[in-house]
This record gives sequence, C-alpha cells and structure tokens, in this order.
Amino acid sequence: MAERGFQVARLPGFATTAVLVFIALYLPIFTLVAYSFNASQSVAVWGGFSFGWYEKAWANTQVKEATVRSLIIAVSASGIATTVAALAALGTTRRARFKGQTAIYVMINQPLMVPEIVTAVALLIFFAQIKVATGYQGLGYLILAHSAFCIPFAYLPIRARLEGMDLSLETAAADLYASSWQTFRHVTLPLLLPGIIAGAMLAFVISLDDVVITEFVKSGGQDTLPTYMLGQLRRQLTPEINAISTGLLALTVVLLTAFFLLTRKKE
Amino acid sequence: MNAVNAVEARNTVKAFGQGDSAVRALDDVSVEIRKGEFFTLLGPSGCGKTTLLRLIAGFEMPTSGSILLEGQDITHLPPNRRPVNTVFQSYALFPHLTVAQNIGFGLTMQGRPAREVKETTDRMLALVKLEAMAGRKTSQLSGGQQQRVALARALAPQPKVLLLDEPLSALDLKLRKEMQIELKRLQTETGITFVFVTHDQEEALTMSDRIGVMSAGKLQQVGSAKDIYTRPVNRFVASFIGETNFLPATTVPGGVRLATGDVIELADQAGRSGAVTVTIRPEQLRLCDPAEAGALAATVRTLVYFGTDTHCHLELADGTEVVARLQSPADGEAGLAQGQRVGLRPVPGAARVVED
Amino acid sequence: MSAAEEAQTARSARNGWLLSAPALVVLTVAAAGPLLIVVVYSFLLPGKYGNVEWGFSLDGWRGILWSKDIFTDEYVLADAHLTIFWRSVKLSVLTTITTFLVGFPTAWFIATRPASQRALWLFLITIPFWTNLLIRTYAMNEVLRSEGLMNTVLMKLGLIGSPLQVMYTDIAVFIGMTYVYLPLMVLPLFAAIDRFDMRLLEAAYDLYASRMQVLRRVILPIVKPGIIAGSILVFVPSLGAYVTPRVLGGGKQMMIGNFIELQFGQGRNWPLGSALSMALLVVVMVALLIYVKYANREQGHG
Repeated sequence: MAERGFQVARLPGFATTAVLVFIALYLPIFTLVAYSFNASQSVAVWGGFSFGWYEKAWANTQVKEATVRSLIIAVSASGIATTVAALAALGTTRRARFKGQTAIYVMINQPLMVPEIVTAVALLIFFAQIKVATGYQGLGYLILAHSAFCIPFAYLPIRARLEGMDLSLETAAADLYASSWQTFRHVTLPLLLPGIIAGAMLAFVISLDDVVITEFVKSGGQDTLPTYMLGQLRRQLTPEINAISTGLLALTVVLLTAFFLLTRKKE
Repeated sequence: MNAVNAVEARNTVKAFGQGDSAVRALDDVSVEIRKGEFFTLLGPSGCGKTTLLRLIAGFEMPTSGSILLEGQDITHLPPNRRPVNTVFQSYALFPHLTVAQNIGFGLTMQGRPAREVKETTDRMLALVKLEAMAGRKTSQLSGGQQQRVALARALAPQPKVLLLDEPLSALDLKLRKEMQIELKRLQTETGITFVFVTHDQEEALTMSDRIGVMSAGKLQQVGSAKDIYTRPVNRFVASFIGETNFLPATTVPGGVRLATGDVIELADQAGRSGAVTVTIRPEQLRLCDPAEAGALAATVRTLVYFGTDTHCHLELADGTEVVARLQSPADGEAGLAQGQRVGLRPVPGAARVVED
Repeated sequence: MSAAEEAQTARSARNGWLLSAPALVVLTVAAAGPLLIVVVYSFLLPGKYGNVEWGFSLDGWRGILWSKDIFTDEYVLADAHLTIFWRSVKLSVLTTITTFLVGFPTAWFIATRPASQRALWLFLITIPFWTNLLIRTYAMNEVLRSEGLMNTVLMKLGLIGSPLQVMYTDIAVFIGMTYVYLPLMVLPLFAAIDRFDMRLLEAAYDLYASRMQVLRRVILPIVKPGIIAGSILVFVPSLGAYVTPRVLGGGKQMMIGNFIELQFGQGRNWPLGSALSMALLVVVMVALLIYVKYANREQGHG
C-alpha cells in the first residue's frame, strides 16, 4: 500500500459526516420520487411499478389548472422582476456613488431580510383593502407579490455580471461613433444577456416554489401547484402528490442545471 | 503648407477630486500636434499623458482649457461625434463579436451601407494581415493578433487622428519590436496623424517624428528624438531619456568651472550665470592619461560589464560620482582596475547646462 | 470641478434613481409599503368576522404575552402563547446548532476537494437549496411517518418492534427544519473555508498543534464570519417557519408563523396577528443588525 503521508487538510470524521449528509439530503427526495411510481393506492405500501399516478395527476383538472396558474404567475413575475431588476442594476453599478444608493440596495434586498410570513400577512391586509375598493379579484395580486420577492434574486446575477464587465468596451463603442443607445443595444445588452437569463431563471424558480405568500394572497380558486399540494397534504395522501412533486422537482433541476452551465461558461 | 494643426490643446487643466484633495492630473498643458506626424507623449506613469489622450478622445472633459481638432473647438463634443479613434491599452475588443464585426463596428455605427462596411473591413484585414481570421471570435486570437485587430478597428473609420494608449505594453519584447515597425509602416501608409502614449523611451525614440515629454501634469519639452536626447531643457528630461551625469558648476566666460576647479567648454552659451547644473552623457566621456592637459582627475570605483560596453563608475577629486560608458574591447577586458587613477575628458560639445 | 463635470455627476445620480425607480415602485407596493399598514393594524380593534374595526387599542400588543380572563376581565400571562414562543426559539436554536455541527464538516469536505470536483459537490448542495421547500418537507414526511422509510428500516433490522411515532412532534419539526435549512448553513461556511489559506494548517502542525487544536485555535476563529452568516441565515427563517411546522408538526405543534396565521384565520384577531408579525420582524432585524455590525467590525480588522 502506498504511503499517504500526513494530510494537513484532513480532520477526523469530517469526510464521513459529509458523505452521510449528502446521503441524508438526497435519500428523502429519492424516496419521494420512487413512491411516485408506486402502483399501490396508499403512499405506505409498495405495490409495484406504475405510471398510473402521473396519468391520474395529468387527468386531474384541479392540478392542470393549478399548473397553468403557476406557470402564468412565474412567467409574468419573473419577466417583470427581471426587467425592473436589470434596470436597477444598470442604475446602481458602474457609476460614481450617489446619494441614496445604500437605500436602494436595502430596498432591493428587503424581501430577503423580512420573514416570509410577515410579508404574507402584510400583503393579505393590504390586498384585502384593494380588493374591496376596486372589486378586482384576478391573478394580478399574485403576479405583483411574486414580482416583488423575485427582484433580489434577479438583481444579484445581473449586478454581478455588470460589475465583472470591462468598462473600456463601452468607451471603445463610444469612440467608434456609437450613440448611448447604440452602445447599449450593440455592446452592453449582448454582454449582459447571460446575467439577465440567469436572473430570470432564478426568479422563475423562486416564483414557482413559493408557498407562504401565495397561500395568504390568493383569492378563492386561485391555487397554484404548491398551495394545491399544501391543501392536499391535510387530506388522505396518495402517490399522486409524489407524482406532482416529481414533476416540479424535475423542472427545477433542469432550470438549475442550465443556470449552472450558463454561469460557469463565462469564466 | 498646411497651417492648421491636427490637434491642439490650449491651457488644458484636468483636476480629479474636489477642494483641497483635488489632484491636478494636467496642469495648464498646451501642445500643437501637426497633421500627419507621429507624435509621442512620453512620461512616467501618473504624469498625465493618458489623461491628455482621454481629453482628446472625449472620454473626459477638461476642468478648464480647450481641445481643438483641425482648428475647431471640440472640447464639449462627446466621443462618438469626434472623428478621432483610440487603440486601447487593454484593446477593449468586443468579446461577443467576430474579428470582422469588431473592425466594421465604427462604420456600422455611423450607418454606412453594408457594402462599404464590408469593403473597408476587408481592406483593413489585409492591411493588418489578418484576412484568415475574419470569422474568428477575438478570444481565439493571440496577443499580437488582438493588437492588430484593435488597430484595424480604430483605423477603419479613417479618423483624422489615431490615439494609441500604451498599445504595446502587453506584448513580449520580440513582438513589441515587430509592432513598432508595423505601427510606423501603418502610419506612413495611411498618412493619419498618430498620437502615441508610452512610458518606454526606446519606443518613443524609434518611432516618433516628435516627442512631448511629460512629468507631474506638465509638458516639459517638445521636440524631435534628437532634440530631446541631445538638448534636454531640464534635469527631468535629461534623466528620463537615457542615462546621464549631473555635475554642479559655476559659469565662467566660454564655459563652466566644476567644483573640482577644472573648467570645461559648453556646447551652447549658458542661459544664465552663477551656480548651474551641467549634464554630460556617459558615452560622451573619454578616458585618457591623467597627466594629459585639461583632463579631469578621477579614480576608478567599479566596473560593470554590459556586453557591448562597460560602465565605469568614477570618483572625481571633489568626491562627485560620474559614469563613463566605454565600448568593450574584443576580449571584454577594459584594462582598468579598481582604485586606478585616470584622466577624464568630455567630447567637445557634450557638456550642457540644464534647468533643475 | 467645472460646471460641465458637475452637471455630469448630477446626471449620473439622476439616471441611477430613474433606472432604479420601477423596481422601487414594485417593492414599495408589494413588499415594504404594506408593512407600514401592518403597524397601523396592530393598534386597531379586532373585527367580529376578521379584519379590524377603526379605534385605537393596545390590545393587539398586550395580547402577545397576556390574555384577558373571561370572568374577571384581568390580564393574565398567556401560557399557551409562551409555550409557542418557547418552542419557536428552542427549535430554531437547536436547528441552528445542528445544521452547524453537520454542515461544517460538509462545507470543509467540499472546500478540500480537488478544484475539478468542487463545483459538482457544491452543485449537489445547491439543488436542494433551490428545490421547493414544501416538496422537501413532504419528502421528510416520507421518511418519518409510521410506515415510512425510517420505521420500515428500523423494524426490518429488528431494532424496534412497533413504529416510532415521530410525526406531529417537536422532533419531527426539528428534523424537518434541519433538513430544509441545512444548505443555508453549508453555503456561507463553504465560502469562508474556500478563502481559508491551507498553508496556515502546515504552519500550525509545524508548531506542534494537534488536529483538535488546529480546529479550535486556527480554523474556527478564522472562518467565524462564515459561521455567523450561516447561523443568521438558518436562525431567521427557522424562527418565522410556517410550512415545515404545519406539515410535520400537524395542527398542534405550532410555531410563531403558524400562530400568526391562526390570528388571520380561525382566531379572527388581526390586530394580535399584526402585532405578532411586527414583534417577529423586530427580533429578526435585531439579529441582522448584530450581524452587520459584526461583519463590519471584522472587515475593519482585515
């Protein structure tokens, strides 16, 4: 056996603990996924392999409607959040520090600091008033609420990208007769695009996953996929929930993998 | 005869910061750059040369003073409306565009027809010998190739003046020498006025028609390479370009008297009388027999062998140290020993009085 | 500065505000602004069928700790409320400590992998981080319930004769929170360890330190900012947790988050719910301020 020598970075039991942690992190998720293929009626007993629960979930109009609603909200909210976050990132980076810049940072990151339940309660109260005053009961409230808490998630990667960008490129464009708009259109925007896509994907995932704020803001019959699942967890459980979870999980993993590859490529 | 200068800076001041902490990067600089010349701004880092270049390009606005292009005041014109282009120190090539798209960028922004953009781009690619690279992304190019793309991109819109901000500093020595020749060739071929910024005296001496030496935000001297090397106006210029010896002296009719008591002749009449500083380049000093008439008595302190020549550090009778550069003999032995007493004689016309 | 330069600076600041304005409007309307309404509501009277009646009252704030005796109209300390607060604090502290104890070796493990593997290990921690909290909580349910993975395995091994009833206890909530918030501890710890100069370990061993001494006297003091950051990131959402106690704790093992919800649902006491929300927000803000102060002080030394 080869002599391994004294490894300075090794600490007793650390590697074992870490491997156990990774197993513990993924074991419940794999169990959940495995039971989504359970043919049995109960989540408790394994009754053989089947796609039955996926078919059942697919045929369930409530699930279908909740899925469509989730997607509408996530697409709209991540679109709005990414647009305003990109503008804010352009406004708060790469210029001389100006008065109130810290206040803008605090405001943008505010959703990360306030506990979700507090924001949820605040929006419940506020939107209840607006609903009475205007009579409007639509998805607009959820889209607005989601846009707000998605802003910091969209802002961070865009800002990081902007800060890493060589200022002399825009100087060079101006030197080569590009107007401010042309510089933005032909140089800044194309270079910023990976950051914008990354920000939009994070915002999309965050919106898709939200439970607490949605639960408080939604009007009757406005369940999203997560709040529908939360409601179901109180009832008799069937592997249908596992099938829905697995679908949502798969979507998240695909988006995150894309994000991972997208942000890694720039180095 | 063309009376109008390509670029002119009039009493330009550029201060950074405010109030007491303000730093004057440019302190009342005036310079006239002639049409079609290769003009170099030379100076150590922080001397204000890049600031002056950025004022001409329009990236900065002067605190006071004005910038003229072919006689027209362009002080407040934004960079995208000045017919002046820059080759950046970092090249600043657009990473999302191909080589050809980079070169055509300026013309496209000016709204020129696609056919003209294509033709000019092709011509520029040929000029910098990068035809084969037209479709490549700039990140796939070597440093020297990136440098040539940056040059072609800045030349493509046919600017009235091309500004070059230490463009060769990122290249290795061999490539730098090649590019120096290349730059000079491009300038001659295109006839465009080049304003070149560098801290490298050799670059400045080999390429320029005229050189402006800068220090501490001020323009110290403007002249041809020979002017500046042989007739430096002050101590800074004399020491920044080449090596030199400084000797304290007092003026006498027809020459100066050194602290040792010896009198030496001057090339020109000293501009003032009394205590002055005299400069003599090391290669303008000859060793001779100490007994020879008019020779300065000196003692050899150290000998440093440089290959082509040998630097001989000597001490004069009053303790002043001077360096003489002697051509090395075939066997490399200068035939001198430490502590040896020798005579020292400046070549006629080598000694000059400089301002401190 | 010349007038032109001053105008340029002013224009730059104005553009900064103009570009940030849309984001600020959205955040004011749908995040920060409504918090002010909660402050107002906490000083109003509860409406009979939910909502509020206009009229100033401190009952909302008083109701956090005291409740009115129905018969004597006297205020007595509300034991039920105190139990909920105590559970919230206890579970949050336990969660923070446990995530640190298992998260630190994990972060260390990732940071000491060869550079080529590190991104992948980190990605494996990031996936659960971004995965739906509800799904992860439900996944834990699959493990903990009577017929779940844990009991099945333990019974197969013959370690227990009948299923352990873990679901709907504090332990289930604690395990669930540790599980869902673990990545929040590992990520900042990794960031701190990643910056740690491993040559310091060689220096410490060279100076006769044992492995434990190296850990206690060299590693932990240096990565302390990461420990503080991770602790805040775990403690703050734990304290305000809503989904995990609801799913794994059932209706009984309430935490502050569920207690707040109750006031807006069956409790029909919006002022109390508002006061509780604000109290929770204050505690969280104090924790964040301590962190910011600490982080700034550390920076000052560095």
